[in-house]
Amino acid sequence: MNGSGKIIGINGPVITVAECSDFAMSETVYVGESRLIGEVIRINKEYATVQAFEDTSGLKLGEKVYKTGSLLSITLGPGILTNIFDGIERPLGAIEKESGIYIDKGVHVENLDVNKKWEANILISEGDIIQGGDIIAEVQETEGIVHKSMIPPRVSGTVKKAAPSGAYTIEDVIAEVEDESGALHEIRLAQKWPIKTPRPVGKRMTVTRPLVTGQRVMDTLFPLAKGGMAAIPGGFGTGKTMNQHQIAKWSDADIIVYIGCGERGNEMTQVLEEFGDLQDPRTGRALMDRTMLIANTSNMPVAAREASIYTGITIAEYYRDMGYHVAIMADSTSRWAEALRELSGRLEEMPAEEGFPAYLASRLSSFYERAGYMENLNGTEGSVTIIGAVSPQGGDFSEPVTQNTKRLVRCFWALDRNLSYARHFPAINWLTSYSEYLDDLEEWYAENAGEDFLKHRAEILKLLQEENELMEIVKLIGSDVLPDSQKVVLEMARVVRLGFAQQNAYHKFDTYVPLVKQRRMMEVILLLYDRSKRLISEGIPMRLLKSEDIYDKVVSIKYNVGNEEIEKFDDYVKEIDEFYDRLLEKNK
Amino acid sequence: MAVEYMGLSEINGSFVVLEGVRDAAFEEIVELRMDGYKEKLGRVVRLHGDKAIIQVFEGTEEISLHNTATKFTGRPMQIKLSEEILGRVFDGLGQPIDGMGDIYAEVLRDVNGKAINPVSRVYPRNFIQTGVSAIDGLVTLIRGQKLPIFSGNGLPHDQLAAQIVRQASLGAKSTDKFAIVFAAMGVKNDVAEFFRKTFEESGAIERVVMFLNLVNDPVAERLITPRAALTVAEYLAYEKDMHILVILTDMTSYAEALREISSSKGEIPSRKGYPGYLYSELASLYERAGIVKGSSGSVTQIPILTMPNDDITHPVPDLTGYITEGQIVLDRRLYQKGVYPPINILPSLSRLMKDGIGEGYTREDHPDISNQIFSAYAHVGDVRALASVIGEDEMSDVDKLYMEFGRRFEAEYINQNKYENRNILNTINLGWDIIKVLPRSELDRVKTEWLDKYYDN
Repeated sequence: MNGSGKIIGINGPVITVAECSDFAMSETVYVGESRLIGEVIRINKEYATVQAFEDTSGLKLGEKVYKTGSLLSITLGPGILTNIFDGIERPLGAIEKESGIYIDKGVHVENLDVNKKWEANILISEGDIIQGGDIIAEVQETEGIVHKSMIPPRVSGTVKKAAPSGAYTIEDVIAEVEDESGALHEIRLAQKWPIKTPRPVGKRMTVTRPLVTGQRVMDTLFPLAKGGMAAIPGGFGTGKTMNQHQIAKWSDADIIVYIGCGERGNEMTQVLEEFGDLQDPRTGRALMDRTMLIANTSNMPVAAREASIYTGITIAEYYRDMGYHVAIMADSTSRWAEALRELSGRLEEMPAEEGFPAYLASRLSSFYERAGYMENLNGTEGSVTIIGAVSPQGGDFSEPVTQNTKRLVRCFWALDRNLSYARHFPAINWLTSYSEYLDDLEEWYAENAGEDFLKHRAEILKLLQEENELMEIVKLIGSDVLPDSQKVVLEMARVVRLGFAQQNAYHKFDTYVPLVKQRRMMEVILLLYDRSKRLISEGIPMRLLKSEDIYDKVVSIKYNVGNEEIEKFDDYVKEIDEFYDRLLEKNK
Repeated sequence: MAVEYMGLSEINGSFVVLEGVRDAAFEEIVELRMDGYKEKLGRVVRLHGDKAIIQVFEGTEEISLHNTATKFTGRPMQIKLSEEILGRVFDGLGQPIDGMGDIYAEVLRDVNGKAINPVSRVYPRNFIQTGVSAIDGLVTLIRGQKLPIFSGNGLPHDQLAAQIVRQASLGAKSTDKFAIVFAAMGVKNDVAEFFRKTFEESGAIERVVMFLNLVNDPVAERLITPRAALTVAEYLAYEKDMHILVILTDMTSYAEALREISSSKGEIPSRKGYPGYLYSELASLYERAGIVKGSSGSVTQIPILTMPNDDITHPVPDLTGYITEGQIVLDRRLYQKGVYPPINILPSLSRLMKDGIGEGYTREDHPDISNQIFSAYAHVGDVRALASVIGEDEMSDVDKLYMEFGRRFEAEYINQNKYENRNILNTINLGWDIIKVLPRSELDRVKTEWLDKYYDN
């Protein structure tokens, strides 16, 4: 029979199918009588190999595999935001209605709600000449986000028929477009797109703007550009997920795509609960308003874990095409790489390093390369920023996933186990982390954060670097024997570590700090540093300086000055001046 | 009408190969009968063409190519469930071995379970008091959490687990329906006996379900043991609204069983010879903890694993740490010093702690004081390293105080008797007593308000 094959082998998620010469590579198929979703990954003369995105236990030899004729695609349209999906864009809420608290196999639900009517403002009329990417309708998807439905990228021509503005479902035809060959294309509010194909763009632009996260170590010390790529590697317990959550909550992206790839179920529940309650500091609306989640937890089928990353990036690109800045969190890319390894092992491919397949590097790069600041087909500008967590085995950064990722990303936030043991969070190590975006963003910082911002940053980093060198000596002989000119470095580095680098994600306002406050904090710290050094050079002993409580006061600025009370910094400046004068006076 | 196949075409380790099979399902259970009477159970692990590869749980001893009749049952590995199973003892495959007869099944469940839908989960927030200061104060256990104990051979992980069972489970709040599911994988007979005695002493034996796959039991069976145990736990928690504490010991033997079987299947190994799917495999067990909507029960897991050579970067503890919600790490040096429980708090962690402590749960100052203890104790490590170089006499006054803090913290806070049950307020106050060794200016993690209230009094 045409359009189907017969199962002749089953090995976990890998299925061998015979009598299927018409199967195409990467095509979606339905496997067996329970119609599990699968994808064709290898074809030869006698048989095809299919990976199933669902649990295959109970599947029998001889059952049929049905062809669908389309690549593994997802539906893009209004209804994505605030929703939570599995790795192949099946809404978990709808699955729950079908199968209860457990996910059954062979559940078939629509990707997006097909019955909901959206109030659409149609922007085209009959006779318009349109091309791929053009915005044809606007829908208020959530309170803060306008969804712009577009002509699919590969369609262009003349509008033959256009519906008036009104309420439509995502399946209603709102326009018909005739292309050059005379073929008619039906246009709906939603479109399909294969997840492994990047959506076309006008052109790639250089990055010029930072993704402001409100996290001091990130914004000030190691900034990430909109359209850039960052990796957060760290052993377990170092706070990868916590950092991802913080960025998802507070960064100034328009849209957040959060992929829980092979991670804990409870973490997704937490995001769902928390984001519903929290407010976006910029718009005052619920954070969930701009967020969509993909949850493929560690106990869900491994092939869908591999797909979840592509599903996420495709959704991100779709919103970018509308002219939005999208940030995508992939937690964690190591689990994705392990899914590749597991499937590769089942396919009996020749392994490379640590059992990972040889194509690990190229798969990783094809994912990260989908980030960027783009001019879209319709002329708008948008960006996709990728923040990928990496879970290196044994916390060892020399393993293949970390190393291959490091080659691709330009911003590296290395998490440090010793910092997390001392409960110093975020545990981003300032000695091993780096950002290559600094030069690209220089102009933006000068204009928007103050001329001196990056100069201050350099001084703060230098101070921490000096501390590190001194600590080598302290470890051998203790800090008591150091000269005062070095003790002051240690003291000020302590102030920077506790008062600046450390940030409390559970504090009312320390969880998110605007750039202006970050700058003023640096200024006050550097002023204190400067005055302390001067006092020391006047011969005043460090012991006397430390007897003052000014250092601890500066440390607790983060808790005592609200994000809106920037004027309070003047008091600190005054206090430091008084401290300086007082000690100078005493010593005369 | 089930067909019986006579004879086999290959026997290799715990696997047998059967040819000419039709209509077999993946992961289906098969019954093997040797010489017409002895029965063994097996599972289809791979199908290709007309060949089925079958894993025999009870080992392939006595099986020959000709003496065996194989029957496909058409069902997955199932376990019989009803509330009657409380108090019963089973072997690693879920067959009763306490001589009290078969279970009258209310329902039959697939032991492999199914993934819980993340939207059906409820985020766990309820604190469980274990009466152990190091755990309650610093690595708080939450109902519905999976919190493993990382231990080494010869360390008192079993005693600690037993103490948790004694004190946490059957404390004051016995109105809630509570039960323990205990799964032993490749442990020695005396360890299993130790736990049985503990349950008996604490009066819990009526509410314990035990699954025993001891060290001399077949390896292939070991892969089923935790699954059977968790299936029971899920049933009691989500359908019978009970709070279930699951103890899985020893996860390292489980992983080793997995490795043994993987290598005899000829699979490509990844790190240290473990199969590439070790993470998924462990996750499919650990993720079966939690709380779900529409049920007032919960599944809390305390898996115990022994780190080979005390190495926390070994694949088993490493991958476990990535899946579980924290870990309790036991330390040989502390134990050598005579500290019980020898919990090294620095690498220990409870991820769910932050949402289950503080005002309204334990006490307002709990998060701050625990942070302060972590930070101060981390510094103690640096100070001790320094002391070993320059001698304690040469150190600054503050550093000397840190040395004193470190000593008292280990001797009074972490150290406690196996039968000592401290309540949470005592634990928090004890933390303050010991932190007072340090001058107030060193306490940079505690809000001024709490310092005024607790440090100065």
